Formats: sequence, structure tokens, C-alpha cells
Amino acid sequence: METVTLTPKEQPELFIDAENITPNAFAGKNAAEIAGLSVFEGNQTQTLGQYFEVAGKAGATAEETKIVIKGDVTKVKYIGMRMNGGEIVVEGSADMYVGAWMESGSIHVKGNVDAFSGTGMKGGEIEVDGNAGNYLGAAYRGDWRGMQAGTIRVHGNAGSDIGTFMNGGTIIVEGDVDVHVGTHAEGGTIIVKGNGKSKIGGQMVKGEIYVFGTIDVMMPGYVYREDVDLEVDGASARFALFEGDMGERHPKRKGQVTYGKIYQKY
Amino acid sequence: MAKIITDVVCPFCGTLCDDLEVKVSDDGKEILEVYNACVIGTEKFLHSQAEDRLTVPMKQDEEGNWNEVSIDEAVDYTAQMLCNAKKPLMYGWSSTNCEAQSAGHEIAELCGAVVDNTATVCHGTTLIAVQDVGVPSCTLGEVKNRADRIVFWGCNPAHAHPRHMSRYSIFPRGFFTGKGHKARKMVVVDPRSTDTAKMADLHMQIEQGRDYELLSALRVAIRGNPLPETVAGIPRETIQDVAETLKSGRFVVIFFGMGVTQSLSKNHNIDIAIALTRDLNDYTKAAIMPMRGHYNVTGSGQVLGWQFGFPFCVDLSRGFARYNPGDSTSNDLLRRGEVDAVFVLGSDPGAHFPISSVKKIAQLPSVCVDPHYTPTSAVCKLHMPTAFVGVEEGGCAYRMDNVPIETRKVVEPPEGMLSDEGFLERVLARVKEIKGVA
Ligand code: SF4
Repeated sequence: METVTLTPKEQPELFIDAENITPNAFAGKNAAEIAGLSVFEGNQTQTLGQYFEVAGKAGATAEETKIVIKGDVTKVKYIGMRMNGGEIVVEGSADMYVGAWMESGSIHVKGNVDAFSGTGMKGGEIEVDGNAGNYLGAAYRGDWRGMQAGTIRVHGNAGSDIGTFMNGGTIIVEGDVDVHVGTHAEGGTIIVKGNGKSKIGGQMVKGEIYVFGTIDVMMPGYVYREDVDLEVDGASARFALFEGDMGERHPKRKGQVTYGKIYQKY
Repeated sequence: MAKIITDVVCPFCGTLCDDLEVKVSDDGKEILEVYNACVIGTEKFLHSQAEDRLTVPMKQDEEGNWNEVSIDEAVDYTAQMLCNAKKPLMYGWSSTNCEAQSAGHEIAELCGAVVDNTATVCHGTTLIAVQDVGVPSCTLGEVKNRADRIVFWGCNPAHAHPRHMSRYSIFPRGFFTGKGHKARKMVVVDPRSTDTAKMADLHMQIEQGRDYELLSALRVAIRGNPLPETVAGIPRETIQDVAETLKSGRFVVIFFGMGVTQSLSKNHNIDIAIALTRDLNDYTKAAIMPMRGHYNVTGSGQVLGWQFGFPFCVDLSRGFARYNPGDSTSNDLLRRGEVDAVFVLGSDPGAHFPISSVKKIAQLPSVCVDPHYTPTSAVCKLHMPTAFVGVEEGGCAYRMDNVPIETRKVVEPPEGMLSDEGFLERVLARVKEIKGVA
């Protein structure tokens, strides 16, 4: 695997859109060619080389390419957008839309990510050592397909609206989450190791949410069913199973109604 | 002899009352009296005659002193500012006509700006919800003629839309609602006992921030599923009662305001309210409508919609339209330092935005277009006064139910004053010159 190293040099005056920071855009290019790729600061088109020192070279394909960003890129949006194979490591924090619509490969952010990370994600892995913002693994505005496959793991906390319209894949938050988890979900798994707040699983049709800590207010449409012993993300424990949202429509399959499930650890 | 102008449209709130009569002096310069309008509407007309009204552009120098400048200088400053910025924000648009909005959008497109309207701090969440789940709505005429179950959720029309209840929703006798308010059941959901709530048949005094739970509970009740003993501070029986009341109506309309659009859950409060409306349509006819504030905020959404495909916070910086509330919305852009110039027309963010955003406006090159000196002008570098749209200038505006209404000019503006559209046309011409486009 070949490695391209980007070292931030000049901070943009505003923010930059850098959807070209992906292994697929870098594949088959040398440092100079990569430095010539476009990024956008407001209505100005610039080059990657303007904001980053580029070293190394990319592999022939996305799969053979690793990108290491040495430092904070908190003013850089869309890192790894539509990424299709390969690897990105950010040795600091990144801004919005990290790994949005990504299809495969892996992204590891050692700091925090801002909102809309993993939007409409179709596959691959995102790992965040710090915290994530709102709308983690959610759908883009107006889209009914949120995260569809892949895994997002956040070691810190996450904001509100995670997994909105989610219909596949797994989101694991090791810390706490804000309101609205899995709203409108039609599938997928969300694991919250810390505490939840309210509005968990509202309008959920299908899918599973596991909460290890507290839930401030349970949605009125959830009905307690039974206690179950489960192993969740390496931890064995007893959970209370709730089904709902009873206010929402629920499809029938083989004579069985499917419900959204909330498991709360005892 | 004074003359009376009839069928005047009120350019204040989204009710857009179209039955006003205005008495003007013989020379057509002075408004003497306004009939049929509510107090706020009347004030809007009379305010156009205020003594302290500005008529010449004012510019702030480095030391913060205000000096008069010519209209040409104001046009040039605005055009240069917009052309030199990497990402200018053009905010407001809700208190002007569709013609001015359209002219402004042309400038935005040429300059790669972000165009946002007051929905961003008001019913923007409604627009997100509508895009997510669709909306069964109707016109206010249908409400007047057919509705017998009225819900006011998180809004207080008695104060914010004073003639809404008398013209459309509660009191009028319509074609199928001959008994007026006697045949209508009125439900109010509000944590406070407002003047609207005091008039209701049933007031659900909900716990603050629990609207989402209560709306969900109503959906559960309508499906006949079991409920916890209380939800959001409301007993189960009351919720089931309200569900029955709504189901048994011939035509249910849910009106909602900023009490739900801007409190906890935001857009999800609305998409679940829309889902409730949809559920009710299994039993009867039901519709839902936002209580829009500024008289033409709906129009701004319409014009942005047909020009760029999105109703607010449209980011044109990349040469195509993008929209993502939370990223391209004014307060997020200002708070995060994502814009480098601010143009305001037809609204007053200085009075309504969080102080952190207002401070940012104060640090940037900025222009405020407004008939009056406002808190926004105080933080802008240039203040450009214009004629009162809807009073001294006609043009198209959209009522809260998306019905376009042609507003009327009733008096002449002061000598030499440009309308919003006139000023924007001048700026557009100058922008084209600077950019070298035909
Ligand atoms: S209700 Fe609204 S539109 Fe009607 S007169 Fe009053 S302010 Fe004007």
C-alpha cells in the first residue's frame, strides 16, 4: 500500500470543500498531480497544494492508497466523501461530512468529527476517537435512505439525530448521545454504551437500538415485552426489550408484524 | 376631500388580509386612516409616515460615524462588496415582494452567494419536514368553509395573527360551517395559558419540550394502541378524548407555530404532526398548515423553490444550488465564520439572531436595506432606505397557505426613493459591469 501524506500549511480564510480527498481521487497520481486537484473555498476554485504540503504517492488503485492527514482539518469538509476503497487517517479533528455516502474502505479520525458524518453511508468503516456531531449516519435532507451498510464507531459522545432514516449498518457510540436516535429508522443497529436522552426510536418502523445507560423519557409508543440475555459488542448482559413505535405503520412478514426494538440494559 | 382605497392587502403577517380600506389625502401622499386591519397591520401602514423615517443612504466610516452618501455610492458599495466576497450571505427577503426576491436571486447567482430567508429561524424546520414526509394541506378558504376541528399547536394567533381566527379559522360562518364557532371544536396545545388557549374548548397544557411525545401519543391513540398513564404531563384519557374529537370531525385542521418548530425536536415535531394528519385521513379529512409570520416569507420560499429547487438557505457558491440546514443556514454560517460579507433586505436579524451571529455581522462588510433604521442597520456598514413594499409599492406576495395575492400601492413614497426591486436592479446592473457579463 502506498501512502500520501497531507500536512496542513495555510488555514483557509473561510472553509473548504475537499471532496477530492479520497483514495479514489488520488489513485494513480504522484504528489504534484495530487497537489493540483481542486478544492473550493466559497466561490473560489483552488488547489489542494495551496492548503497542504503533499508528500508520497498514491497506489495504482483506491484499494492500494492510504491518505494520512497530519494535523487538524477542522475547516475542511467532505473528507472521504463517496470514498470507494483504501484508507484515510486524520491525526486531528475534521469538519462536516466525513465519509458521507462512502461505499467501502476505512476512515480513522483521531480527534472529533462535526455534523453529517457518514451521511447516507453505503459501506466501509468510520472510527472516531473523539466525539461526533449531529446527524451521524443519517439521511441527507429529503432522502429516505439514511445509512445503509457499514460500521461507524465513536469512542466519545455523539450529538442529536443519529441514524435518522437509517436502514442498515451499525452505529456504535461508546459515550452518550443527545436526543433523537434512529428516528424513522427502517433497519440497522444503533448501540449506545453511555446514556440516551429522550425521543429514542420515534417513528421507527424496524431496526434495533441498544442503550446501556439511562433513557430520560421513553417514547409513549413503546411497549415492554420481555427480558433477554444478549451479547452486544463484546458485552454480555440482560436487557429489557421494548417494541414500537406503535404509532407508526408496521409491515407484516410471514404473518408476523415487524417492530422497531429498543433494548435497555439492566 | 380624502379618498378611500378598497381591497388593500396588509403587508404584515402571513394572514395577508385582503379586505383593508385605507383613507388617503387628496394628493395621494398621506395615509389618514386604516380600516379593517388589526392593530399591528394598522401600525405598519401608519409607520410608513413616521417622522424619523430615513430617506438617504447612510454609511459608517472607520470610526463608526454615520455619513450620508448618494444612491450611486450605495449601489456601488453593495455591488463591490458582493463581487469581492468569497461567500457572501444574502439574508432576509420575507418582507418584500416576489419581484424583489427574484432580482436578488439573480445577483446571488452571479456572485456565488448563499440566499437565506427568515424561515431559517422560524418555519425552516417545517420545510425540512415537508421535504422528508410530504404534506396534506389546504387553503384558508377551505378552512373557513369546511373545518369543524381546529388545533392550534404551539402558536398564539390572538397575538401573532390577530385576524386569523375571525377571518378563517374559528368565527366565520362558511358554506358548510353556517353555525360559525358554535359548530367548531377548538383544541390548543401550549405550555402557557395564552389568550388563544383561554378561548379553547380544550387546552392541553403540555410540558415544555415534550411535543414530539404528545404527537406520538395521539398517533398511538388513533390506532387504538395502549398508552402510558400520562404523556408530556397530559393524562391518557385526555389524549384519547382529543383523538376521538379529531376522528369524529368532518374536517380537521392543525395549525402550528414556532412553539413547535423551534423547540426541542424541531423538524421532527413537524414530521410527526404531518404523520398524525395523514393518519387522521384514514377516518376523516385532515390538513395541516404552518402559521407563517412575515407576510411574504412563504413567497420567498416559493421563488427560491422555483428558481433553485429549495425553499431557504440555498448555497450557490459552487455554481449550483445546494441546501442543507445545519450547514448552509445563516446562523451556522455566521457562528462558524463561513461567510465574508452580509447583505440584509426585508428582515431584521440584528433584533432576532443570537448575539454571537450579530457580532459576526458587525465584523464583516455588510449592507442593510430597510425603510427604517433597525438594530441590523446599527451593526451594518451601509444602510440603504427604500420604499415600503405593500404600502408604497405593489407586487406579489404569498399567504401562509401558499395562495399568491397581488398587493396594492396606496401612497407615493417620498421623493426620489427606490423600491427594493429598483435598488436590486441597480445593484444587479453594477454587478454585471464589474464581472464583465452582458
Ligand atoms: S392579521 Fe395580519 S395580515 Fe391581517 S391585518 Fe393583522 S397583521 Fe395584517
